[in-house]
Amino acid sequence: MKILVGYKRVVDYNVRIQVKPDGSGVVTEGVKLSPNPFDDIALEEALRLREKGVATDVVVATIGPADCQAHLRNGLAMGANRAIHVVTSQAVQPLTAARTLLKLIEKEQPDIVILGKQAIDDDCNQTGQMLAALWNRPQATFASKVEINGSSARVTREVDAGLEVIDVDLPAVITTDLRLNEPRFIKLPDIMKAKSKPLETIPLESLAVESGDHLKTTAYAAPAKRSKGVMVKDAAELVALLKTKGLV
Amino acid sequence: MSKVLIVAEHLNGKLNSSTARCVTCAKAFNAGSVTVLVLADAPEAIAAEAAAIAGVDKVLTIANPANAHPIAAVYAPQVVAAAQGYSHVLAPSTTFGKDLAPRIAALLGVAQVSDIAEVLGAHSFKRPIYAGNAIITVEAPADATLVATVRTASFAAAAAGGSATIEALSVSVELPTHTRFVELQQGKSDRPDLQSASRVVSGGRGVGSAENFAVIYKLADRIGAAVGASRAAVDAGYVPSDLQVGQTGKIIAPELYMAIGISGAIQHLTGIKDAGTIVAINKDGEAPIFEIADIGLVGDLFTLVPEIEAALG
Ligand SMILES: Cc1cc2nc3c(=O)[nH]c(=O)nc-3n(C[C@H](O)[C@H](O)[C@H](O)COP(=O)(O)OP(=O)(O)OC[C@H]3O[C@@H](n4cnc5c(N)ncnc54)[C@H](O)[C@@H]3O)c2cc1C
Repeated sequence: MKILVGYKRVVDYNVRIQVKPDGSGVVTEGVKLSPNPFDDIALEEALRLREKGVATDVVVATIGPADCQAHLRNGLAMGANRAIHVVTSQAVQPLTAARTLLKLIEKEQPDIVILGKQAIDDDCNQTGQMLAALWNRPQATFASKVEINGSSARVTREVDAGLEVIDVDLPAVITTDLRLNEPRFIKLPDIMKAKSKPLETIPLESLAVESGDHLKTTAYAAPAKRSKGVMVKDAAELVALLKTKGLV
Repeated sequence: MSKVLIVAEHLNGKLNSSTARCVTCAKAFNAGSVTVLVLADAPEAIAAEAAAIAGVDKVLTIANPANAHPIAAVYAPQVVAAAQGYSHVLAPSTTFGKDLAPRIAALLGVAQVSDIAEVLGAHSFKRPIYAGNAIITVEAPADATLVATVRTASFAAAAAGGSATIEALSVSVELPTHTRFVELQQGKSDRPDLQSASRVVSGGRGVGSAENFAVIYKLADRIGAAVGASRAAVDAGYVPSDLQVGQTGKIIAPELYMAIGISGAIQHLTGIKDAGTIVAINKDGEAPIFEIADIGLVGDLFTLVPEIEAALG
């Protein structure tokens, strides 16, 4: 069984994002870049399925600029067998990403595709669902538990009402939620080993993907600041204040 | 004039208030007409609720046993068939809408606007990115169907008082059987619903254990509040996952939010930025939660929370 994992590079979640003073974007120069946390969870899940003997081949793929190679080496060091780098200098929107991943699916014929439920830069939460639609296959989004039973998977999903369990026939797209697993740390020898693992580069243009970048971002702004509040000295003062505001 | 189709969210035969919030969003761009689409096994009661929302012109129902549970792969092709002639398809930015809307957009071959937080025009919106650290203005093409999810915390629910017509719709699309509902494990709770409650009391890692969370539940029950939690509290197993508030949990806008033993990580704060009054209780006076709290109280939660209950009289 082969698993394809989407592995996007994003601004690290610890970075305090600043909007440029002229509103033309956010400051990304010199900030730390890391794998999207949900994608690390996706890769970890794929590796665990391989370790359990369910899968044999784990392929990580990213769509991004030329300097994403180090990022993919990271995925290989974590344990992926191979990496695919679809090279583009422009950030792509989810529909384009989904159409691109579909091309990789046609080439790779995976049994499972695991993506993060959202990327923590654009916070779109779309690509996995779009890919499943274009592929005409099941989607199991926001997964917190995955069990493979032969030709189907039983997935527990974190939904607003609680936990939903569904069965999906394979091949299928799964998107990860935070509690699916805790990704492993990369060990030094693995970084060395990763250097010799296969990393294929494919220019995005060569895949003849119809662009789905239909949305234009025309302005960036810092979020409205909440005004500084007051400190109270004890519980009685807090309750008195809440009562005056009519909140309790 | 835009013709808006809103996909209704419902559970156990009841309409979710997220649907009425989508109506408010549509009204914000002066939608020419608003239609609510109810997919269900038995849509009648849900449709009646939707028809009573002020501002709704029409309710369409697609009754089918296959629609008993909201399976995106089953719903999406039906919504696409029903969406013929509409300029906009909206769904709430809840797990229901997040799961479904992109599947609809992809089938239509259009991009999706996620998490509309503010309306500037029928094709121009503001939405948060980077966990709410930046707000962008996005323009969508006016010549294509616009599929979007609506950040429910940003829009009040449209009031009752409507009397829309209800029509049964039949669509001839093949429905997949590759995705099967097994069960929904739903926490039984008599407390208010976290997403629509006017008061929320949340606990974080500082609460320390599942047993200690009784302190949070007790205060919540005392003031009729829903209970929420930080990711750390959920990860540690103190409370179930559906209580998580934040970037990857629920985005809420109660009138009162009490954060107890929560440090105030940006991923948590993005979930409460539209709350009316934020109260923070933390033993660390330097905790970032105090930077955004309207009322802060430094001290040990296990002493302070019982004192608050006593002071409530
Ligand atoms: C991709 C991603 C997504 C995330 N999404 C979310 C999300 O949706 N929601 C979310 O909440 N987090 C999210 N997080 C996690 C977030 O970064 C923080 O780790 C988390 O919010 C911390 O939870 P906490 O405040 O409860 O714990 P901590 O940061 O450990 O804070 C505990 C607080 O309790 C206080 N405390 C301890 N004991 C007491 C006491 N006796 N009395 C009073 N105060 C006490 C401490 O002073 C401390 O401030 C996400 C992280 C990532 C990487």
